[in-house]
Parts: sequence; C-alpha cells; structure tokens
Amino acid sequence: MKDTVLILGGRSDIGLAAAHALAAEGHPIQLTARHVAGLEAARTDLALRHSVEVSLHEIDALATAGHEDFAAGLHPEPGIVICAIGALGEQVRDEEDHASAVQVMRANFEGPAILMAVFANRMAARGSGTLVGISSVAGDRGRASNYIYGAAKAGFTAYLSGLRNRLAKQGVHVVTVKPGFVATRMTQGLDLPERLTAQPDAVGQAIRRAIQNKRNVIYVKPIWWLVMRVIKAIPEAIFKKTSI
Amino acid sequence: MSQSLSGWGRYPVLDCELSQPRDEAALRAALVQGPVIARGNGRAYGDSALQPAGTIDMRAMNQLHDFDPATGQVVTEAGVLLGDIITAFLPRGWFPAVTPGTKLVTIGGCIASDVHGKNHRHAGGFSNHLDWIELMGADGQVIRADANSNPDLFRWTPGAMGLTGVILRAGFRLQKVTSGWIQQDTIACANLGEAMAVLEDTDAAYSVAWFDCLGRGAALGRSLVMLGEHAARDDLPSDKRHRPFHVPPRRRRRVPMDAPAAALNRFTLRAFNRLYHWNGRRHAGRALVDWDSYFYPLDAILDWNRIYGRAGFAQFQCVIPLQSARDGLHDLLGAISESGQGSFLAVLKRLGPQDSPFAFPMEGYTLALDFPVNDRTLALLRELDAITVDHGGRFYLTKDSRLSAETLRHADRRVAEFAEIRNKYGLTGAFASAQSERLNL
Repeated sequence: MKDTVLILGGRSDIGLAAAHALAAEGHPIQLTARHVAGLEAARTDLALRHSVEVSLHEIDALATAGHEDFAAGLHPEPGIVICAIGALGEQVRDEEDHASAVQVMRANFEGPAILMAVFANRMAARGSGTLVGISSVAGDRGRASNYIYGAAKAGFTAYLSGLRNRLAKQGVHVVTVKPGFVATRMTQGLDLPERLTAQPDAVGQAIRRAIQNKRNVIYVKPIWWLVMRVIKAIPEAIFKKTSI
Repeated sequence: MSQSLSGWGRYPVLDCELSQPRDEAALRAALVQGPVIARGNGRAYGDSALQPAGTIDMRAMNQLHDFDPATGQVVTEAGVLLGDIITAFLPRGWFPAVTPGTKLVTIGGCIASDVHGKNHRHAGGFSNHLDWIELMGADGQVIRADANSNPDLFRWTPGAMGLTGVILRAGFRLQKVTSGWIQQDTIACANLGEAMAVLEDTDAAYSVAWFDCLGRGAALGRSLVMLGEHAARDDLPSDKRHRPFHVPPRRRRRVPMDAPAAALNRFTLRAFNRLYHWNGRRHAGRALVDWDSYFYPLDAILDWNRIYGRAGFAQFQCVIPLQSARDGLHDLLGAISESGQGSFLAVLKRLGPQDSPFAFPMEGYTLALDFPVNDRTLALLRELDAITVDHGGRFYLTKDSRLSAETLRHADRRVAEFAEIRNKYGLTGAFASAQSERLNL
C-alpha cells in the first residue's frame, strides 16, 4: 500500500497538479480546503483518472489552534504532506493596507509553518514521512515589487530548512520547492515571460520526483537557480537602485 | 491576451485574442466579445480553431465526471485529451471506440471534427458512440442535446467544427478490449489495385494503407496495407499475459528545430519512401504491436510538424465515393506522382457508410497527404480539389487550410443547409473561425 498524500491547499493549481502526479503512481489522496464545497469535481476527476481513494477535508490554515485536532482526525495518517497554501496579495495596496499585509504574511508563513510543525512532530514520533513545502523564489531576496509576499516566503523557506536539519536524523525528509513563475489561477492575467514560466503539470511532476529522489531544495525550472544566483549576487548598494 | 496561433500544419499563422476559461462563468464572459471559436489541443491542421477576435482555449476545462463500467459510458469535459481517457481506462479494459491518428486531441475536438479511425467501416465515426453533448450557445445558456432533446443540434454538431456553439461536456461510450496490444498483419502491395483489393476484402477491425506517392505507372499506389485486431489475452506471449493492459512506455523524441525547406525534395522523399517500403516488406507478416505504436506512431515524435520547415504544411484529405473510388484515386495519385511534389506518406482508408448531416465520412475511400506549403504545392492542391469534385468526393475540414468557398459548395451540397441551420439558431455571428469566414459557412 502506497503512502497517503495530504495536499494542504487542494484548490491550488500546484497542489492539484502534485495530487495528480502522485495519484498516477497509486498514492491515495487527501485534499484539503477551507471549504470543500466545489472540490467534489476535482475529487471525482482524480479518482476516475487514477483509480485511487480520494477524500476531502476542511481546514482553515490560519486557525492554528485547530491544527493538532485536524491532524489527529485524519485516517489513514498521511505519509507525505504537501503544503501548497499561499496568497500573492497585492504589493502596492498592501504597503498601505496593513491588515491585508498581515493576511499575506499569515497565509504564506504562519499558517503553513504551524501545519508543517504539527505533521513534523507526528512524523518524527513515527520515524518516517516526507514534508513538502511550496515556497517561492520571491523569498530568495526582497524586491520592491513583492517584498511582503517575498518576506513571508523567506520565512517559510528558513522554517523548512530548519525542519529539515532537525528531522534529518529522525527518518523524516523535508523538501523545499521554489517553483518560479507558474501559469496558475493565482498568476492569471500577469504577463509572465514564457521561458521562465512553468506549467502546473511540470511543477507536479517535479514535486513527485523531488519526493522520490529525496531532494532538499528544488527550483522547478533549472534556469531559476541561475537567475536567483545572479539576483542574490548583486551588491546591495547597486541592488537598491534596480527595479527587477 | 493576443497571441500568434496556428493549427498543426503551422499554416496560416494568425494573431488571435486568446482566453482560457476555467469555468462556465468565465466562458460566458468570453462569448460576449463575439465572434469566437473554441480551440482544443490545436491538432486541426489549418485554421479551424483560429479566430482573431476571440479564440477560446478549452484545455482548462478538463475534468472527468463519471464512468459507468456497465455500459462503458464516460462523461467528461470538452478539454480532456483522448490520451487521458486511455491512461485512465485502458488498465480497466476499455479503449476509445473510435480514435484518430493522434491521442493528443481533446474530446471537444473529436466531436467537432467527428473524427474517424482505421475502423470506420465497422465502427462509424466518433459521433456513432456519442450519447449526449452539452453546448454553450451564443446567449451563454447551456443546452443539453441528445437524440430526443434538441436533436437538430445533436445531429449537426459532429463535424461542425465548433460552429454550433461551444462544446462543454459529453457522454460517450468506450469499447471493451481484451488487451493493450494489437495483432497486426502487414501486406506489401505493388500498386493501387492490389491495395484496394486487400482493403475491400478484409474483415479486420482496423485497416489502413500507407502509400508511397512517387511510384509511377505499374507501381502507382505501391503501398503497405496494415490490418489490425485487438489481441486476445491468449495471443500474448506468456510474460505479458498476466498484465494484458500494461505496455512499456515508449521513448519519445522531439524535432528540435524547423527543417530547412531544402531538406524536403523529391530525392529525399524518394529515399524515405523506398526505405519505408523496403522496411515494410522486410517486416511483412504478423506482429504484436502495443496500442501506442499502432494507433499513434507519430505521437512519439514531439513537434513532428516541424519537419516541413518554417513555412508550414498543408494536408489534403478527401473521400471519394465507392463507385468512383478506383478512378478517382488513380487520377489523384497520378497527378501527385506527375508533379513530383510527393509527401512523405499518404494514407488510404476504406470508410463505411455514415448518416450524419455534416460529418466528413461517407462510404468510399479517403486519401490523406501532407505537402510543404509553397506556390507549386498549392497549385497541385487546387488540381487535386478539382479531381475530387469531378469524382463526387468531398473534403475533410479538419485538415483544410486553403480550400475556396466555391470549391467547397461544389463538392458538398450540405454546406448551404448548414449555413441555413446556423442562421436559424442565431449562430452565424456568434461562432466563426478563420476557416468558416474563408469558406462562408
């Protein structure tokens, strides 16, 4: 019997693509969303395509007090947990609207990190499991155009790195995924450069491979590794005057 | 967003306002701008799925909704690929009842083209296995059509190239198969007469002839006829019998760049055709072939449409009715051989009768060939048009990028009635492609 895969953020294109990639290998799937109404069609589609069990579960990632009970209520216990929860926000608006900026920080860092913490502890106790966090290249260096989102993702990246370090000796593997631009519902309407933009399916397959090959940190399109190397190498004195 | 788009033949290329709706509300919003045309996976060869004012990419509406193992009926959204259906259901012993030569087509596209396969003589077109469709009309209303409710729409939509509304969902039946393998018999034929005799006499489920277009005189129509049946479990070697639906994945290759136009000339074509025929003769006889290699040999070569170079290519496909097929094919192949503008391969199939108001197939022989686009081949294609019309044949719109409205009306009396139906249901201004505008449909 293959490990059950829990997808946190089951409505996201990346989460669903990962679900398809792993269901195709025979993994049963648990999809979560704040409200599962409307996810029934995605559930049926996954189950029909891949002949696996698919169940729906409700969780509000920001209601961190309920996370322990949520995890305890999952049967079977997932062997692989993929967190695709996040929100892009609107940088310019969020510079003024602090409440909305707080939402972005919570949705990209606080909620995902505490969910990971809950499953990390359970996996550590069992001595096995894989955690996958979808972070972002935006977290590699703060830029004027999206530093609120980027800062939250930077926090999540650091959190995942710490978890990986802590759990490495306990049989639990942690994967950090930095997808770069992805053509999803979240980015619909943005004018993304084609060479740097991945399709959700490709991200799903990259996540599957990263899990199977126990990779630590992956950029989905290899070119992003280079792009971010260059961006990180620019001295701050120069970087602050650029608009990348 | 405006984007440069073409069909599979990469000719013509047009700037189209492209949208990709994820749900009915978004699709409804996209219809407002009219005229629009729905587009699937872009496998129609010409301009059937191009509309500069509004082209709607349906591939984001791609969920499977239901499957009934008692009847083999599957219910899907229009953007699901035929290949996805095979991946999902072949392991359970089901296969599309009708499939074209690529699995990289959407179900919406299969219906809009009313695709046929190598088993048309026995199985009919895709529409023969269609139970119902749901379409979005010009007013944004979703209409369900089957044999009893909205029968007009149900009958006219197959083959209508998306011009009767946007196909949203469909229920259609798969066929039960005994394995993922095909028992293939290859027969080398010296000329057209021999190939037609084999195609006429066979009762195999699948049959097709691959031609060498450059054979002349007594060798006109030199070909390999390939017959196929779904292999029974007992036909499989013992190591495959315990997993009859499992087929090892094929290696895929990609054409990395556009071939220069000069790469394709009568000498390379002749060499290719010779090699192909020689190879076929060498392997003549019985072979066990997996479903993917048998039905979709070209799908293994990604972007194979680039071998014709940057200018793109045009495919010619007509059907000649049974009674004039021999003469018609003789004249067509004669004209091609005469011109020296051969295509890599030409495909001949025997079609069975089909009773639908606007679909392509009719009882007779269908011939399909590719040509690189240039002035000489376009002139040859016009010559082939005339020969087809003279023999009472008609044209497959899915392959067309350059017919004239006048030729189409000559060839196909149903066109006028189709235009009337479109008018009657208020579809003419709302749904139009570059093709329908060119052909005045």
